[in-house]
Amino acid sequence: MGDFVIDLIAATLRIATPLIFATLGELFCERAGVLNLGIEGTMFWGAFVGFAGASLTGSLWLGILLALIGGMLSGFLMSILSVRLGVNQHVSGLGITLLMTALSLFGFRLIFGENRVLPSIAPFQQLNLFPNSAILGPIFSQYTLTYIAIFLIPVVSWILYRTTFGLNIRSVGDNPEATDAAGINVYRLRTIALVIGGGLMAVGGAYLSVAQLGSFTFGIVAGRGWVCIALIIFANWQPLKVLWGSLLFGGVQALQSRLQLTGIKLPYELFLSLPYIVTILALTLAGRNVSAPAALLKPYKRE
Amino acid sequence: MIKLKLERTPAPMWSKALIPIVAVVVTFIITSLLIILADANPFTAYYNFIVVPLSSKFSALEVLVKATPLIFTGLAVTFAFASGYYNIGAEGQLYAGAVAAAWVGATFTNLPAIAAVPLELVLGFIAGMLWALIPALLKIKLKVDEVVTTLLMNSIIMYFISALLNGPWRDPETGWPKSPEFFEAARFAQLIPKSRLHIGFIIAMVLVLIVYVVLKKTPLGLQMRAVGASKVGAQFAGINVNRTMLIAALVSGGIAGLAGVSEIAGIHYHLISELSGSYGYTGIIVATLGGLNPIGSTIAALFIGLIDTGSQTVSRVLGVPVYLGDVVQSTLLLVTLGMLLLQNYRIKRQ
Repeated sequence: MGDFVIDLIAATLRIATPLIFATLGELFCERAGVLNLGIEGTMFWGAFVGFAGASLTGSLWLGILLALIGGMLSGFLMSILSVRLGVNQHVSGLGITLLMTALSLFGFRLIFGENRVLPSIAPFQQLNLFPNSAILGPIFSQYTLTYIAIFLIPVVSWILYRTTFGLNIRSVGDNPEATDAAGINVYRLRTIALVIGGGLMAVGGAYLSVAQLGSFTFGIVAGRGWVCIALIIFANWQPLKVLWGSLLFGGVQALQSRLQLTGIKLPYELFLSLPYIVTILALTLAGRNVSAPAALLKPYKRE
Repeated sequence: MIKLKLERTPAPMWSKALIPIVAVVVTFIITSLLIILADANPFTAYYNFIVVPLSSKFSALEVLVKATPLIFTGLAVTFAFASGYYNIGAEGQLYAGAVAAAWVGATFTNLPAIAAVPLELVLGFIAGMLWALIPALLKIKLKVDEVVTTLLMNSIIMYFISALLNGPWRDPETGWPKSPEFFEAARFAQLIPKSRLHIGFIIAMVLVLIVYVVLKKTPLGLQMRAVGASKVGAQFAGINVNRTMLIAALVSGGIAGLAGVSEIAGIHYHLISELSGSYGYTGIIVATLGGLNPIGSTIAALFIGLIDTGSQTVSRVLGVPVYLGDVVQSTLLLVTLGMLLLQNYRIKRQ
């Protein structure tokens, strides 16, 4: 039983890692007033660029760095459409997802061809923080990226609530007109937020290919981006709550896959669809009271 | 030095018709970089993309086959977007329609085609409407953003279908996750022997006319477009905004459901989880390219069908990855979106 729980906690952290990265990325975008539905495609793009980068350069960290840059470009493209041109955020975000997915598939075939054997790399090793402890050892045998993800949560919280930059991000998300009147460039701030956001989303995707799998499969992201959109609402647009939401989701998923292994008959599809159902329920109960940024979805036009 | 600035001016009428054409050209120029990366000649590639598929009867019919589901989903998205309801859930509603049709196709084995096919269509439409109902109600009753809820409903139905195909509908003989095969009479008739073109295409064409008439020639259509243009304005004009949006959302879901019926009864004959090649999402591209006009979106669907078919030719002949087709489609969407807004700007001397 003890082993089961320890294993469960460790798996929860592993599953939560990409969600934390990508949800924090989405948080930057949404707090600045832009719903970035490009998240699913940007994660997929990050998984591809990370894998291709790592396997071409031979360095896993270089792969992660390239994914970060690739994701920032994806966020920049989103900013040209939704911030500079003021295109409807829903449609431009979905367009980004479609484009980044297509580009990744194209690039993967172009570089690796059509292989019978899936190309693979030796992924990251896990880092044991407590090699001498029987309990903490297995729990904190995680990828470095997992530790970075957890560390990022207080960092993002600090940036958003304790720095001028964060204050400006939040104010362009809540009241761009007033922020503009105060002499702050709304377009530039939203662009920066989207660029940071895209980078974090892509690192979340790259974690899947470079750390967890060591390969790139076409189903690698499998709707995790949409889970993050749900987590943001669940977390009420607050960084600290992103951690709990991601851990809860990771925990449910880790639990169901372990119960399935034990042969207990469970409708695992129900478990997997829970985050979506819970989010819709949360939206229903909260209704208009959810504290979404006031200017979310509204393109800003300077007259 | 001459100083230039951008100035907002309303776009002239002719630019509306010109946009899709210019967008296609710009897209081809951008994506030719990828073709060069893949060691192929862009001109040869686009010849294979656009001309070759239309030069044989078989592949020209295949273009229509590929366009059929997109005509449905394009109409579904057009119907909703035209009234300002952003239904991103066509993908899920498509699957809901397919589930209903799969149930008919495996259950009422004694029905003649004349009864089975209409039953599939009606139940498929209703299933699509039902899958669209929750987000629509949340939108009009509680003002919950429909984009997020319709999107999440897409994920939910995929797990529902996975549960169906791994549970009660698993193929008893092979153990594959696919539903029992449709009985003969429940399948859509082929239009032309030895081609995959089926009556779903004809149904789609009839639907284009119906949607056109409803949107452009009826009071409901006028109300929908008024709501789409400005909810506040429509309210002032005495239009019941909530009722109009509810109708738009549900009919949109129903039409998307028909896309699922058409694909399963016309092509696959059993439910699989890969039934839709993202047709619901591509419907958004189609509707946007078509300027939220039923006729325009049909032309766009045919064009995307051509690109889908052409990308296979390009891949076969030149060895360019087949996903180039997806890149072209999504680039075309983004370029069109950008140009739709840019047309309102003129470069002026300061």
